[in-house]
Amino acid sequence: MLPDLPREDLLGQLRTMLVIRRFEEALILLQRSYDVGHFHVYIGQETTGVPALALLEPGDVAFSTHRNHGHLLARGADPGRMMAEILGRETGYNQGKGGTLHIASAEHGFPATSASTGGNLPLATGAAFAFRELGSGRVSVALFGDGAVEEGAWHESANIAALRRLPVIFLCENNSLEALGQKANEYPSSTLATPDLTDAAKVFGIPAVAVDGTDPGAVHVAMTEAIRRARAGEGPTFIESRTVRWPGSRPLWPQLATGETELAMAWDRARIPDAHRAWYEVNDGVLRYVRDLLAAGHASAEGVSALDREVRERTDTAVRFGLDSPFPSPETAMRDVFAHE
Amino acid sequence: MREVAYAEALVDGLREILAKDERAFIMGGYFLGLTPRRTLMAKLRDDFPARVWYPPIAETGYVGTAIGAAMAGLRPIVDIATASFIFHAFPQVVNEAANIRYMTGGQTKVPVIFHFNQGIRGGGAAQHSHSPQAMLWNTPGLLIMAPSSPRDVQGLLRTAATCDDPVVFVDHVKLFEVTGPVSEDGTAIPFGQADVKRKGTDLTIIATSYSVQVALAAAESLAARGVSAEVVDPRTLVPFDGDTVLASVAKTGRAVVVDECHRRCGVGAEIAAVLAEEGFGYLRAPVRRVAALDVPIPFSRPLEEYVEPTAEKVVAAALEIAK
Amino acid sequence: MPELRSIDAIRDALRSELARDPRVVLLGEDITVGGPFGATKGLVDEFGEARVRNTPISEAAVMGLAVGAAATGMRPVVEVMFMDFITLAMDQLVNHAAKLRYMTGGQLRVPLTIRVQGGAAASFGAHHSQSLEAWLTHVPGLKVVAPATPADARGLLIAAIRDDDPVIFIEHRALYWTRGPVPDGHDPVPIGRAKIVRRGADVTVISYSRMVGIALEAATRLADEGLDVEVIDLRSLAPLDIDTLIDSARRTRRVVVAHEAVQHGGVGAEIAARIQAEAFGELDAPVLRVGAPFVPVPFSPELERRFVPDADDIAGAVRSTVRRPSAVPAG
Repeated sequence: MLPDLPREDLLGQLRTMLVIRRFEEALILLQRSYDVGHFHVYIGQETTGVPALALLEPGDVAFSTHRNHGHLLARGADPGRMMAEILGRETGYNQGKGGTLHIASAEHGFPATSASTGGNLPLATGAAFAFRELGSGRVSVALFGDGAVEEGAWHESANIAALRRLPVIFLCENNSLEALGQKANEYPSSTLATPDLTDAAKVFGIPAVAVDGTDPGAVHVAMTEAIRRARAGEGPTFIESRTVRWPGSRPLWPQLATGETELAMAWDRARIPDAHRAWYEVNDGVLRYVRDLLAAGHASAEGVSALDREVRERTDTAVRFGLDSPFPSPETAMRDVFAHE
Repeated sequence: MREVAYAEALVDGLREILAKDERAFIMGGYFLGLTPRRTLMAKLRDDFPARVWYPPIAETGYVGTAIGAAMAGLRPIVDIATASFIFHAFPQVVNEAANIRYMTGGQTKVPVIFHFNQGIRGGGAAQHSHSPQAMLWNTPGLLIMAPSSPRDVQGLLRTAATCDDPVVFVDHVKLFEVTGPVSEDGTAIPFGQADVKRKGTDLTIIATSYSVQVALAAAESLAARGVSAEVVDPRTLVPFDGDTVLASVAKTGRAVVVDECHRRCGVGAEIAAVLAEEGFGYLRAPVRRVAALDVPIPFSRPLEEYVEPTAEKVVAAALEIAK
Repeated sequence: MPELRSIDAIRDALRSELARDPRVVLLGEDITVGGPFGATKGLVDEFGEARVRNTPISEAAVMGLAVGAAATGMRPVVEVMFMDFITLAMDQLVNHAAKLRYMTGGQLRVPLTIRVQGGAAASFGAHHSQSLEAWLTHVPGLKVVAPATPADARGLLIAAIRDDDPVIFIEHRALYWTRGPVPDGHDPVPIGRAKIVRRGADVTVISYSRMVGIALEAATRLADEGLDVEVIDLRSLAPLDIDTLIDSARRTRRVVVAHEAVQHGGVGAEIAARIQAEAFGELDAPVLRVGAPFVPVPFSPELERRFVPDADDIAGAVRSTVRRPSAVPAG
C-alpha cells in the first residue's frame, strides 16, 4: 500500500528511492573499470529506508552499518560527496578516513557508522539515553540487519533500552528471509534459533512488529507509531522489515544480476524476462511502488521516466565529481585522532 | 593545603564535575570497588539520584551506551569496575570510541571517561587482576590518565572533564588510602605533564599508577643504602611526557621502569624501548624493567607476591645497575 | 619443490589435520562456503558438517564454546573473520582460554587454535584492517605465531593444531596469494623458533608476516649501497626466540625492528627493550623501530599507503643506524 501522505511527498519518496537505486547501480558499474574495493548495496531495501527515515526530524539521529549508502541518501546526503568518500577522496564526508563502510554525516544525523556487526546497537541506545536525560524530545534509530541479532550487543542494548524506556527505535532490516536457518547454505546466511525476530525483542517487553519491507505504507505506519511512542517517553520499539535479498547482493561482490532497473517493467509486463521473474514481479519494492503510484493515479509512465532521467543525470554528475576529486594528501592521515593536536 | 585520602579526592572530584556540568553523568557505581570507602559512592548517588545510573551486568551494552550518549550531548563517566571486565567491552572501547573522531573525518566527538581499577589487589586471582592499559596504550585514539596521589586524581579529573576525546582513567584500589595534600584553588593538571615525585641523583625510577607508591617505598630503601633515586611519574600515558622522563635519565644515566602490566609488551616495554633509543648516548647501564611476571596472576598470597612488582624487586633491580 | 599459494597451504594444513585427528573441528562464520577469502573452501564436502561448522555472528559465544570444547577433549580451530573482531571475544580469550590451565593448577588443558586474518590492504577501513597482535602477545598463556611464507603457514598451522595450548595463528590477506615452495609431507614447523632468511654482517632487521618480504626488498636495495643486511623472520611472537635475536644483534651491533602494527606499544617495543637490556654495551646504535603511526587505519588508498610501512621506511631506518659513529660504551 501507499503511505498515507500527500502526492508530493509520495513522489518525493519515489525520487529518493531512485536516487538510491541509481547510485548503487552506478557503483557496481564503476567497479568494472575502477577498483572500488569491497562494498555493500542497498538495492531491494529502498522501500524501507526511505519512508522510515523520512519521518525523522532534524536533530534525530540514526546509526547505520556497512550497508549505509541508502540510509544516508534517504536523509538527504549528497551523492557526490558520498561517492567521493567511497572512492577515498578528500571531498568525501569523512575526508577519506572512513570509506564505504563508515560514511558519516553529522549534519544529516549520522554521527558514526560502525562496520562491526552489532557495534552500533549500544551506540544508538546511548544516544537515546542522552536525549532522555537532556529532555530534548529527539529520537535515536538503530539501523541493523538480521545478523546483528546474533550478537550479544543486541541482547544488552535491548535490555537497557527497555529498562530505562529509552527513545530508541530498533529498525531491523531482515534481508535474509530465504536464508533463515541457513537453508540456503551460502554466504552470507542467517544463523538464529528463533525464526521470528520479533521474539528477540518481545522477551524484553519491547513492542515488536514485522512488516513487509517492500510495502512503504506498512513501513510508514509502523515507524510513525514507533516515533510517537519514543517522543512520548513510552520507550523503545522493534520493527522487523522483511525483504528478499536482491539477487545481485548474494555473491560476495555485488553484481548487476538483474541488470540496470528498467522502470518500464512496472507498466509493461511483456518486458519481464523469465530469469529473475520473481524479483521483477514481486520482490523489487521500487517497481512495486511505481505500479502502486500509477494505479492510484499519482503519476504517469512518462512522468516517472522523466524523473528517472533527471536522477540518472544527477548520478552521473555525482560519479564524475567523485572521480575528479583529489585524493587527500598523505600527511592528513595523522590528523583528527584527538580534538587538540 | 588540606590532606585527604585518595578515595575522598576521587569522589570529591566526581561531585565537583556533576555540580559544574549538567551534562555530566555517572554510569556504574563501583568506582571504589568493594572497599570500605564505597560508602562515599553511595552518598554521591543519594546526592545526585538522577545523574548516577547503576546499569545491568552488560559491559558491551552499557559502555557502548556511554559512548553513544557522549556522541549525543552528555559527558558520561562510565565505570567498568574491575579492569578485567573491560574485555567484554573491548569492541566498544577500541573499535568505536577510539576510532570515531578519526573515521568520521573529525565530525563527531566522543567526550567519555572510562574508569577501572586495575592490577593486583590481593587474592583477585587471574580473572580480577588485569592491567589492560598496555593494550589500550597500543590503541590510537584513547587518552590515558593514571593518577597516583590525591592531588593528581583531583587535578587530572578536572582536565578529563573538559576533554572532548575519550579518556581512560587507570585507577587502583591500593591507592584509595594514600593520603596527601589537594589544591584548594581549582587547579587542573594538564595531560602530558609528568611529575618528579622524589628528586634524586643516582638513578631514575619511572612508574605509573600504584607502582609510583611502590617506587617511592623502594627509593626510601635505596636511600638507606646510599643510593639516591629520582622517581618520575608520567601521570598520563597518552599524551606521554617523554621530555621530563628523558631529562631525568640524561641526568642519572640509569633507569628502572616499574609497571604492574605483564612484562612482555607491557607499558614498561614501550618506555624502555624509547629510553634505549633516545637515551642511547647517555645510558650507562641497561634499562631494567620490573613488572608482573609473564604468568596469569595466581591466587595464593606467596605465589602472588612472587609474581607482583614489589618494592624489594625494584630495589634489587636498582642495585644491579647502580654504580 | 612444489609451490603453493599461502591460502592453499593453510587449507592443506587444515585438511591434513582434519584427516589425521578426529577430534579436530573447524568453527567459524560462513566457513562452509570458504569464508571471505576461500581458505576453508571444499572442506565441508570432504569432512561433513559435523567437522566443519558454521557459527552465528557471535564471536564471544563461539570462542567460549571452543574453549569449553577444547577443555573437554576436542581440538577446535576457530576462524575469526577479521582480527578486528577478536575484540568481541577478548574476555573468553584472555580470561578463559589463556588461564584455565594455570588457574586449575594444571588440571585442564586448552588445545585451541584461533586463526585470524589481519592487516591493512585494499582499503577495507578501520574496522577491517587492524594488527592487534601486541595485545595477544601480552597475555601469558597464549602462544602467537605469524608466518610469512606458504611453507611456514602450513607448518606452523599444523604445529598450532597439535599444540596442547591455545595458539593464535595470524594470517595476512595481502599474503594469501603469494606462492612459495613447500616441502613434501605435512610436518609441523616448531613454534618459538625464528629464522634467518638473509644472512648479513652490517645490520639486523627483525620482522614478521608481510613485513618480511618488504624487509628483504629493502635489503636488496641496500646491498647496492654496500650495506649487508641480515633479515630475521620471527615467525613466532610468543614464545619469542630471543636467543637468535641477541646472537644476531651481537654480530651486527645494529638492529631495526619492523612491523606493520602500530609502533607505539607494539611487539617491537618488547624486542627493543629486551635487546637493549641483554646486549647493552654491545650495540653501535640504538635499536630503531619501524611501525605504523599512532593513528587508526585510514580508508583512502593514499592514506593507507602512508600508514603501512614500506621498504623505503625500513631502508631509511637501516641507514640511520649506520650513520651514527660507533658508540664508545659509556661509564
